[in-house]
Amino acid sequence: MSDLGKYAPLTYFQLMEVSLRELLVEKGVVTDAEVDAVAADMKSRGPERGAKVVARAWTDAAYKARLLADGTAACEELGLDVPALRLVVVENTPEVHNVIVCTLCSCYPRMLLGLPPDWYKSRAYRSRVVREPRAVLAEFGTALPEEVAIRVHDSTADMRYLVLPMRPAGTEGWSEQRLARLVTRDSMIGVAPAQAA
Amino acid sequence: MAVEARFRPGERVRVMKAYPLGHVRTPYYVRGASGVIERVCGAFPNPEELAQMRSGLPAQPLYRVRFAQSEVWPDYRGARADTIDVEIFQHWLDKA
Amino acid sequence: MIERGHHDMGGLPAGRVERTEHDYADWERRVDALMMLLSGVKGARKLLTVDELRKNIEALGPEAYDAMSYYERWVSSITQSMIQRGVITTEELARKMVEVERRGG
Repeated sequence: MSDLGKYAPLTYFQLMEVSLRELLVEKGVVTDAEVDAVAADMKSRGPERGAKVVARAWTDAAYKARLLADGTAACEELGLDVPALRLVVVENTPEVHNVIVCTLCSCYPRMLLGLPPDWYKSRAYRSRVVREPRAVLAEFGTALPEEVAIRVHDSTADMRYLVLPMRPAGTEGWSEQRLARLVTRDSMIGVAPAQAA
Repeated sequence: MAVEARFRPGERVRVMKAYPLGHVRTPYYVRGASGVIERVCGAFPNPEELAQMRSGLPAQPLYRVRFAQSEVWPDYRGARADTIDVEIFQHWLDKA
Repeated sequence: MIERGHHDMGGLPAGRVERTEHDYADWERRVDALMMLLSGVKGARKLLTVDELRKNIEALGPEAYDAMSYYERWVSSITQSMIQRGVITTEELARKMVEVERRGG
């Protein structure tokens, strides 16, 4: 509880968080230890698990096929802890570029990528990427020629999405670990490609 | 126990042009648009009912429906091959 | 006006995407954790569903929705859900909030 010093006034919502949590602990619904443990677990999650999945798919064609057929099973195959995740993996090719959004709220494959960035949850992204994906991608520095079709995925119900970016050129013979380091969060959301440089 | 899936991948469907109250996961921008079933995701409890603290059962078939962007936005200025895939529950869909 | 929820924003005009990222505060992470625990993503409790959370966020109204941050929307909606479900009462919440405020956090 490092941000709750006696001398700092709480906002209304911070007051609500403390109050709700204390009531739930008093009633035996949750414990402080559980809340801290779950918070710490999410804090420890960055995009590494997603990157591991991508790097495996880049180096193992049969795994990639399984991943595209059943994303969740393929993650579990690698021993990844992904509770409640129903994953659809969409593959970037020279002809198709995928990008993910949740227009209605901010659904995101958090178990694979950690908590989403603010911009993913912003009004501007949620409103515009479905309607003018090319312009939004350009704002991220990603320019795609007309010959590449853009496929937007709106995460409106129970599925969650991960983009399988194209493997950068010049990475032949690289180990999975080395490849995984090229796989950024933004490439798995689809606003940027994975790059070797 | 689930409602039977009526549509198959490749079938053309149209989203109901309705604007009901309550919690809905069919976005406004696809209501009335026609698209093609990309896959059957499975059957899931109805979120409209779950939101109201009811069970949402029997589970409803959920589909990924692929729409041409030019079908969804009359002024779409990207490539003709650009698409948008949206997860939509069966009860929002009719055969197109 | 109510035929389109304020949250249902796909396709509406908006400005540039500001590529902001912030380090989540501890209280925000605790709200997130509470949601995972109460909804059964972590542990065996099933005291609310994510759709109840979403419904309550959608019910905030446009002004509140826009003025509140992401986790402010979450904490108020989780709290509403707990009241709706009868896990806590409004009176319990009121007394607790007064108590917490009095002791300075």
